[in-house]
Amino acid sequence: MRDGGRRSAGGWGLDRRATFRFLYFPPILWLGIFFLLPLVLMLAFSFRANMSGELFQLWTPTFSQYAQLIKAGSYWRLLGISALMALGVATAAVILSYPIAYFLAFRAGERAALYLVLLLVPFWTSYLLRVMAWKLMLGTEGVINSFLLYVGWIQEPLTALLYNRNAVMLTLIYVWIPFVTLPILAALQRIDPSLFEAAADLGARPFYQFTRITLPLSLPGVFAAFFMVFIPTVGEYVTPLLVGGSSGSMYGNIIQDFFTKAANWPLGSALSMIMLVAALIFVYIATRIIDLRALFE
Amino acid sequence: MNTRRSSFPLYFYYFGLIALLYLPIVVLFLFSLNAKTSLSFPLQGLTLGWYQKLFNSPAILHSARNSLAVAVGSSLAATVLGTMVSILYLRYEFRSKNLLMALAVLPLIVPYIVLAVALLILFSVVHVERSLWTVGVAHTVVALPYVVLIVASRLAGFDASLEEAAMDLGADYPTTLRRVVLPMIFPAIISAFLTAFTVSFDEFALALFLAGTEPTFPVYLFSQLRFANRLPIMIALAVLLMISTLTLVFISERIRRVK
Repeated sequence: MRDGGRRSAGGWGLDRRATFRFLYFPPILWLGIFFLLPLVLMLAFSFRANMSGELFQLWTPTFSQYAQLIKAGSYWRLLGISALMALGVATAAVILSYPIAYFLAFRAGERAALYLVLLLVPFWTSYLLRVMAWKLMLGTEGVINSFLLYVGWIQEPLTALLYNRNAVMLTLIYVWIPFVTLPILAALQRIDPSLFEAAADLGARPFYQFTRITLPLSLPGVFAAFFMVFIPTVGEYVTPLLVGGSSGSMYGNIIQDFFTKAANWPLGSALSMIMLVAALIFVYIATRIIDLRALFE
Repeated sequence: MNTRRSSFPLYFYYFGLIALLYLPIVVLFLFSLNAKTSLSFPLQGLTLGWYQKLFNSPAILHSARNSLAVAVGSSLAATVLGTMVSILYLRYEFRSKNLLMALAVLPLIVPYIVLAVALLILFSVVHVERSLWTVGVAHTVVALPYVVLIVASRLAGFDASLEEAAMDLGADYPTTLRRVVLPMIFPAIISAFLTAFTVSFDEFALALFLAGTEPTFPVYLFSQLRFANRLPIMIALAVLLMISTLTLVFISERIRRVK
């Protein structure tokens, strides 16, 4: 604070404007250069015919990549399969987490905070290693096979456990459960307890209270949890790489291939654009259904 | 509605699921103490040898240090930028306000693989070689939404009357921000920093595309996954890292509770 007492209203208006510029330009430039510009470049690359010539040069825009994508049904099928997998993963994670969130919100009592931390610990363990751990669980010499052999239920190790889409989905559900509980819990905690008292006074049974009060009021949290899993899961490429094998790959894996092994950036960019647009449309629809802002209060 | 009898199935379910969630982690932990190199059952005697070997493996420790540097740098940058966005959003009126906010939280809904290849294109086009810096830049972008959500929700809890009082008493606006606003939201800033840190430290999907010759820990871990005899050492380090992450999380929670 400078001495000299009060200054005119115009005076602090000026500092406020100077401060505005100081606050405004760094984030807008950072996001512009490192978030918006890369996506625009990717869009531009998706209209490029091939990789010949310099990376940074003018090219005649062509729809050939998109034409190729539309013709080849396999990409759409894989996008569809990835979306279905994400749908399954998100649904399963939400259904499995809901009772946990309910327990933490209404039944855990004083220990709720401790139980919550206990639930979140796995989420703060190395992601790659948690996926690796599932390889150790499902592999031919893994925990499940060793156990079943030991008990004598099987004579030969089961090979069908690992390296397929089911293994990918199982691992992803496992990875997401702690994370999914949070928005559902937040929604449940926001329910006004006097609603339950009123319902009980009016003679509503616990089950009726659940279906008429708890469930409807927690739906924003449920939807939010669903979307928070669905979007990253559609774009997943790491988990399939580790536990999916050749038959468990997802849409993200072909994008990865086109940018690494195949080195076909234009086609990879077109594939990425399709995924980005799909994600944006999906989120737009989601924000029509739920008010996402309510989650972060 | 809180009868003890009706809570029992929920208790049972909670602890059952917790057991399932911890099972793979316990398996990992066991293998970090297992004397045999191959990751298969039955286990063969206890050893702390892998932890010992870890401290004689400069490459692993080097990658962990790289991750630490990237995480500290990117979360500092994300925290500063995110705090700026939060203050602008809640304390200023301007035309592009909603656009700025949308841009700051949008990285949350762009799949990582898309952002990874888009940044790869950017850096290749302008001939910036891939390095820890490029990984850090990507992590700043994806950590920014978390910072904004944490800091803005705390700032929204305070109305602007304290700032007006400070300015009525003669403070200029930068001084008011420094002496009034920042101290008010400081717990949220720390919590945002730690959240950004944990986002970056374990991040792999972006780092795989953007790391150059210097690997972060997850990238190095991934490169070692196919060498079975290296795995127990990697797991040992991961166990140690998990313990340190947990410590961080506990500190962050403690600070966030300060209201």
